Amino acid sequence: MAKGVKPRVKVPKTASAGETITIKTLISHKMESGQRKDSDGNAIPRSIINRFTADFNGENVIDVTLEPAISTNPYFQFDSVVPESGDFKFTWYDDDGSVYEETKSIKVG
Amino acid sequence: VASFGAMPAFASLADDAIAEITGGAEMGEGALTITAPEIAENGNTVPISFDAPGAVMVALFADGNPTPKVASFKFGKLSPSHSASTRIRLAGTQNVVAVAQMEDGSFQKTQANIKVTIGGCGG
Repeated sequence: MAKGVKPRVKVPKTASAGETITIKTLISHKMESGQRKDSDGNAIPRSIINRFTADFNGENVIDVTLEPAISTNPYFQFDSVVPESGDFKFTWYDDDGSVYEETKSIKVG
Repeated sequence: VASFGAMPAFASLADDAIAEITGGAEMGEGALTITAPEIAENGNTVPISFDAPGAVMVALFADGNPTPKVASFKFGKLSPSHSASTRIRLAGTQNVVAVAQMEDGSFQKTQANIKVTIGGCGG
């Protein structure tokens, strides 16, 4: 597992049924592009988050494929409809096989 | 700047990557917009957002990067706006191209020129 990886997600705690909310996500990750060289001139191997997904109660909201051109600490902002109370599940997939997950509950009332 | 269709033998890497998705289909314009800064001081983190109503998939390309693919976004049923924001790396001044696949299978394209003061690919 890459060191110092920490997902952060901002989701409102409550919404009204059918409301559109904005979600912000960020995961701390160095996103080594594979283009850089170390001080001896050797290429530093690529090590990035290659996929990010967001689901609400099992229904997909967004599914992103990331390439090395995404900046360090990948950030995404997007919208979702909230039809009922439930859980947002966010998943990041690392090149090294690690999977990072974060869950946020939202209440419709 | 490459002129479209004039020199197919010298098609850029970005054009190849776009053709991989579209299969060379004609691309319309109008339904897809990119928001990006005109000048980015730091190529390591350039904020980009797009809005693509009616799109099922949006792919971003940077035509001056060593590998032009940037990211592709697929939208599910719960996504109302088919828009997103992220931050990308740009090696230098170049065009960022967005290609959207619409619900009817057609493609839309748009691009934004971004001037980069300090490139973001190391070296």
